[in-house]
Amino acid sequence: MTGFISLFQAAVVFGTVIMFGAVGEIITEKSGNLNLGVPGIMYLGGIASLAGSFMYENYTENPSTFICVVIALVCAFVAAALGGLIYSFLTITLRANQNVTGLTLTIFGSGVANFFGGSLNKLAGGVGQISVAATSSGFRAGLPLLSRIEGPIGKLFFNYGWLVYVAIVIAILAQWYLNRTRTGLNLRAVGENPATADAAGINVTAYKYFATCIGAGISGLGGMFYVMDYTKGTWANDGTIENLGWLAVALVIFTTWRPKNAIWGAYLFGILYWAYFYIAGLTRSSQEIFKMLPYVVTIIVLIMISLRKKRENQPPEALGLAYFREDR
Amino acid sequence: MAAAAVHKKEALVRIARRDSMATWKSIGIRIIAVIISLVVSGFLIYAIIKENPLKVYESMWNGAFGSTRRVWITARDTMMLLCIAVGLAPAFKMKFWNIGAEGQILVGGIATAACMIYLKSLPAWLLFLCMFVASCIAGAVWGLIPAMFKAKWNTNETLFTLMMNYVAIQLTSFFVAQWENPFGSNTVGVINQGTKEGWFPPIFGQEYLLNVIIVMALTVGMFIYLKYSKQGYEIAVIGDSQNTARYAGISVRKVFVRTMLISGAICGLSGFLAVSGASHTISTSTAGGRGFTAIIVAWLAKFNTFTMIAISVLIVFLEKGAIEIASKYNLNDYVSSMITGIILFFILGSEFFINYRLIFRSKSKEVA
Repeated sequence: MTGFISLFQAAVVFGTVIMFGAVGEIITEKSGNLNLGVPGIMYLGGIASLAGSFMYENYTENPSTFICVVIALVCAFVAAALGGLIYSFLTITLRANQNVTGLTLTIFGSGVANFFGGSLNKLAGGVGQISVAATSSGFRAGLPLLSRIEGPIGKLFFNYGWLVYVAIVIAILAQWYLNRTRTGLNLRAVGENPATADAAGINVTAYKYFATCIGAGISGLGGMFYVMDYTKGTWANDGTIENLGWLAVALVIFTTWRPKNAIWGAYLFGILYWAYFYIAGLTRSSQEIFKMLPYVVTIIVLIMISLRKKRENQPPEALGLAYFREDR
Repeated sequence: MAAAAVHKKEALVRIARRDSMATWKSIGIRIIAVIISLVVSGFLIYAIIKENPLKVYESMWNGAFGSTRRVWITARDTMMLLCIAVGLAPAFKMKFWNIGAEGQILVGGIATAACMIYLKSLPAWLLFLCMFVASCIAGAVWGLIPAMFKAKWNTNETLFTLMMNYVAIQLTSFFVAQWENPFGSNTVGVINQGTKEGWFPPIFGQEYLLNVIIVMALTVGMFIYLKYSKQGYEIAVIGDSQNTARYAGISVRKVFVRTMLISGAICGLSGFLAVSGASHTISTSTAGGRGFTAIIVAWLAKFNTFTMIAISVLIVFLEKGAIEIASKYNLNDYVSSMITGIILFFILGSEFFINYRLIFRSKSKEVA
């Protein structure tokens, strides 16, 4: 039982990182933009939140936790959305290829983040690794009252930083937005068939920009969660965010482009990812084989949806294709 | 009055597709893009280290071409990147999004390392042949799997190949743990360090000349294959329009599978170059993101393998240069990814001005 509880806890924390990433990417992909820059965007979000709160904590006598948290949130969202804006400008306005632009954004984002993450402290005149204890503690604070519940129920469901619950709320909101609002339906129309949407009077360009930037902002929160909660306000140039970013892209497929599926899908990925740790008698090499699981499962899902051809499970029809009105 | 109102509605700028553009002009636009991006990066570098950007670029030059040894290492890494890009070219030309080069390189590398470890008693030429063939087959299989699903059920190849990368990375970790040397280090170490079995032999005393020869042969071969062979023509037709290809009696499925076999095999071969011809070891960073960078190289070169040489040189130059700045100014060398990203953004953006022209609202029209 304790084994299961700790596996579940690890899975939830892990899953939250990719849930943010995936929900943001679902919104982006629903507009027809296949943004392969998710890892880069998550990097940008992570480093911006770290840099912002670091500056604040470093130059203030008694940093207030609340302001720390707000600064980190705003920095992460804005930086990631700016990453999305670069992508949008290149692919929508300048009509560059989406895959190539996304990969470039990943290279750029990982460069910026690892560069500043590794040398921020040095540039600020300090020594050693960067750490933002106050901000991190602000993010790891649990829900009021509920976090005090004892026993397995409390440990399983209420023992996390509040962002874990925010991620779930965002996923539900995204689901509601995409299916129950007029603008959400318009957005999906843009992703399915931009020419028709255009003819119906929907501003395709505006929707694509909007969805990509907001989606990138949400994905960026995943990077922030990783930095603030998962690694407790420190930075390591170990490429983990990049791996998690690709896993978020995988999760988008796994959810068949539905944000609500991202909630349990993300935790399932977390369980699959950490399963090796809790299975007795694995050698170090066979553990590595176990870590393949999330990717293999994603491949299987991808094959299944192409096999079954259920219309509601398909990727957005115009995913990855640019739309130029003049080219019709 | 009504006419005036209509004119007001006309957009300031219209965009139209260009039919074609003189080669010198398109090269000129790209060069301008690179220069602007270098200026932007220069400002950025200045903001960070407060050093004259020109001096910084000078030390970058030193980092890449400062000594004979550095020139050779730059050449070796350029060849590696070029090899992957050449491998990707046919797949991308038929609009098959092979994002899985990273994985194809790794499985090629695993196959090579396996030969070096288990078959080292073979005579050198036979071992060499084994490594060559094994790496090609491994890469080809890794490319074939998504291609078959794409051909049969139209499974999205971008996402499939992307996932295959991570399966390959975990597979690499598995073999690293199997072959680790010394025990407990979790690295394979330099394979056959003393005896150098399975290492690329120096030619004319140059350690990396064989890499250059192999990749140059591939570059020329691929150029001819794409431009002058019947199969290359089929690839071009499919890339333009699958429906046209079907109408012309080309079996799209067959070409998908065949081309991905070739593409995967060449990417696997670059794993052979990386392991046997460069690092003599295998790790999860053997591909090191080059599978992704090569996609950009192939795309920007418009699948012309000779243009790829220039772009590969540029990117590797930036990488080596940035490592030099990093060590000189005590920063970390991720600055290279940052600068590479900026430059690629500008080159990608410049494509727009090559493919499209802007038509400004003309004054004469307003008068009329």
